Amino acid sequence: MGNKQTIFTDEQLDAYQDCTYFTRKEILRLHGRYHELAPHLVPMDYTKEPDCKLPLALIVNMPELNENPFRNRIVESFSEDGLGNLSFNDFVDMFSVLSETASRELKAIYAFKIYDFNVDNFLCKEDLEKTLNRLTKEELTSEEVQLVCEKTIEEADLDGDHKLSYADFENMITRAPDFLSTFHIRI
Amino acid sequence: MQRVDVTGEPVPITARIGSLVNPLLDQLPSYQSLLYRRKSSTSKPKRRGSSRNRLGSFGSGKSGVNTITKYEERQNGQTLQRPVRELPRTMAEKRTDRDQRLKQDQKLSRWTQRRRSTHRYLKRLREDAQERLNSLVLWRGDIHLIEGMFGTGILSYFSFLRFLVMLNLLIFLLMFSFVMLPIIIAPHTEGNITYNQADGSKCSVYPNSARRGLVIFHEHITDLLSGGGFLEQTYLFYGYYKVDAVRFPWFNYNLALAYLLVTIAYILLSLIWIVKRSASGFKRNLIQDVDRFQSFCNKVFAGWDFCITNENAGKLKRSSLLYELKVNLEEERIKQKIADRSRTEKCRIYAIRLILNIFVIAVLAACFYSIYWATIFSQKAQLDQKKENFMVDLIYEYLPSIVITLANFITPLLFCLIINFEDYSPAFEIRFTLMRCVFMRLTSIGVLLFSLWSQITKCKDGPCDCGYNHLLYSCWETRVGQEMYKLTVFDFIIIAAVTIFVEFPRKLIVNYCNCRLAQWWGQQEFAIPQNVLEIVYGQTICWIGTFYCPLLPAICTIKYFFIFYIKKVSLMNNCRPATRPFRASSSNFFFLVVLLIGLALACLPVLVGIAQINCSQACGPFVNYTVSWEVVPRTVSELPIGIRSLLFALASEACAVSLFVITCLVMFYVIALAGAHKRVINQLREQLVLEGRDKRFLIEKLCQAQKPPTVWSSPSQPQPRTSRDSRGSRGSSRSPSYHTSFSSNYNDAMFLAHAPPHSSTHV
Repeated sequence: MGNKQTIFTDEQLDAYQDCTYFTRKEILRLHGRYHELAPHLVPMDYTKEPDCKLPLALIVNMPELNENPFRNRIVESFSEDGLGNLSFNDFVDMFSVLSETASRELKAIYAFKIYDFNVDNFLCKEDLEKTLNRLTKEELTSEEVQLVCEKTIEEADLDGDHKLSYADFENMITRAPDFLSTFHIRI
Repeated sequence: MQRVDVTGEPVPITARIGSLVNPLLDQLPSYQSLLYRRKSSTSKPKRRGSSRNRLGSFGSGKSGVNTITKYEERQNGQTLQRPVRELPRTMAEKRTDRDQRLKQDQKLSRWTQRRRSTHRYLKRLREDAQERLNSLVLWRGDIHLIEGMFGTGILSYFSFLRFLVMLNLLIFLLMFSFVMLPIIIAPHTEGNITYNQADGSKCSVYPNSARRGLVIFHEHITDLLSGGGFLEQTYLFYGYYKVDAVRFPWFNYNLALAYLLVTIAYILLSLIWIVKRSASGFKRNLIQDVDRFQSFCNKVFAGWDFCITNENAGKLKRSSLLYELKVNLEEERIKQKIADRSRTEKCRIYAIRLILNIFVIAVLAACFYSIYWATIFSQKAQLDQKKENFMVDLIYEYLPSIVITLANFITPLLFCLIINFEDYSPAFEIRFTLMRCVFMRLTSIGVLLFSLWSQITKCKDGPCDCGYNHLLYSCWETRVGQEMYKLTVFDFIIIAAVTIFVEFPRKLIVNYCNCRLAQWWGQQEFAIPQNVLEIVYGQTICWIGTFYCPLLPAICTIKYFFIFYIKKVSLMNNCRPATRPFRASSSNFFFLVVLLIGLALACLPVLVGIAQINCSQACGPFVNYTVSWEVVPRTVSELPIGIRSLLFALASEACAVSLFVITCLVMFYVIALAGAHKRVINQLREQLVLEGRDKRFLIEKLCQAQKPPTVWSSPSQPQPRTSRDSRGSRGSSRSPSYHTSFSSNYNDAMFLAHAPPHSSTHV
């Protein structure tokens, strides 16, 4: 490439390239984006692995996430403390899973986490109602919401417990034709 | 992830049954794979145990930890197969995993080490090359913008357009390098071009159609738009390639054979490329189970386009999702209605459908007849050479195109109107109307060609002398090429004109005029199916016309290039996306299926033209042959005897029949395999259901066994909860009955032995 960058060591970039679906250039570009979210907080030199986290409010205002009804859940699912504070590692991880080339299984795991609002490892009716309301901004009548939730659970529930475990969800989402094309963010 | 309750104590995140906190579900291997992200653990087992301290508060602490560490070690052995980037863990964990793997690699033999490192290096190289190639992809930035603003449905249209640009460019390169290039470079490389000489017979007379004397300017424009005049004797049309062979110093280049083979090659190339592109969509469509159609799940979980970045687009996506869900609910209602239909109603509906289908066929027949009539009229007008008026001449030239465009404009409206009376389900309505429109569009070209050929092979007194009407059509291929050229040009003019003169004023009127008519008309919708049909129509013309007009692919490339920008500008400024959304997944598949239909319909005229109709004796590379196909047998007869006998053997009946039988066998085998797989999938699904129930039942029994007896009399005790647990209270109303039923039926020490395997344990 030619230009010497001092943000990461070569070894770090290699590790990033192996652990994500990004190339070196893209990782450097991601660092630029991360930095411009909070220029005074994020150091330019990451060779010493500084422990810097950006709060949820900053990340959620990125143009890529701004219009997404699930933006809060997305950022929370990738944060270590569950509250949405992302370090650079988490940031890269988030966009790597949401990139076009990530595998379907990986995306399914994180999609399940994102839609699980009450974090109980099941997609119960309340989770579905919340999902639906976020999707349609509460323009469906409540009985329509009930109907849609019932039909969704009916379609995907395999073990008959009226909520979706991860096995149910994965089985359903691998057969959903739109999943791979819609569940990606370009950055 | 550690959550804290009001007192600051770490709250265990565990799976729940009703309101009962169930630590056992945490220890299940399937749950372990889904663990939420937590503070990074190193590879030391001691640290690993401490990070699971949330289990420590329950009785299963130590043993649970041990089983967990054992399981993780096994898991690590298994995950070695999967690349690091596919693991659902934090970055730090993935990096430690990666370092571990690299360290383990050191222990392997040198040979394996070297192989692994070269493998890694090649993978890195391939990714870099891929990235560089991606940056060269045409219109990457534009498509990214469109995706952000309008979502993946409309994006699929534009990437389809890009695919067609590439395809046409490739076809042109093929044609150019094998047909035009030898002619162009021959003078420079001491090549000798032998032309087909006129042998004096009446069939080989080719009057020069170039204009002589003072040429008025507008005649140039007429020539440009109709392909006649100064354009007729250029590289543009078949008639110019009156070359027998190009003799280079080192070999003889049979241009006629090359021309024919390139035609077959570009058809095969298009077929292979389209099939390759549709393979992934086809696989996905096959996976979709027909009887458990997942319309709701697909919309709820995969409905939102995560790449939307524009506020308006977000609003539109929301309203289109809303619309889709409402349509789905409506469909359920209609399905119910259809199931409830009485016999008299069914008879009535079928009668109406029959009448309407006959009406549709009548409309199609009327359109086809008008195209036929327009073609014949236009041909007569051109041959009579009556120069009335510049405009009228042009209209006569373009009459078939005008009639086809009018028919293609009116019939979709008619079909949309008719389908309302036929009372199908909404999804089927859309598909059926689309199929009718596709059929209309693509067969209109066939009708045009058929009427042309009927003219060409019709002579005044009985059968034609040269096999075609040499008096009127001394070079009929050029004439067919000219018609295809006119169709292409007119198509492009119409698309541009509609955008500029219809959509743009419509936007102005709707935005600035407040009358009711304007509001009812509404803003232009970007209707994907109609737009796709337009470009597939253009591509079908290109495929048919390339044999007669070798430069047509280049013209189509440029045409689609400009159409991309026209459509993009129109989309950004004038349109709003359709309220009837078009799903991205099925749309890619749909586009390629329609394109394949177009290709199949295009093959037919080309093959008939090559093999059936006598080629003209006055122009073109096939002057010395009766039909164009004849060049192949003649070349084969000149080959050495070994290859000739091989080719004859390949083309013989024995080979064809045995190939056919083998293909049938393979097909039956594959179908049987697919059927067997489906059965296995159904069995596995049933097993999954039963296993889920088993698991639940067993866990409840275990929980019962672990609890001290005093707990049973009271309702579920308050467990440490976060605010989100309040919803669990719904389940708690059920738990007293659950407790009491078990307490009354089973002795806690003995119940495991008595437990029936499939008792229903509904929670």
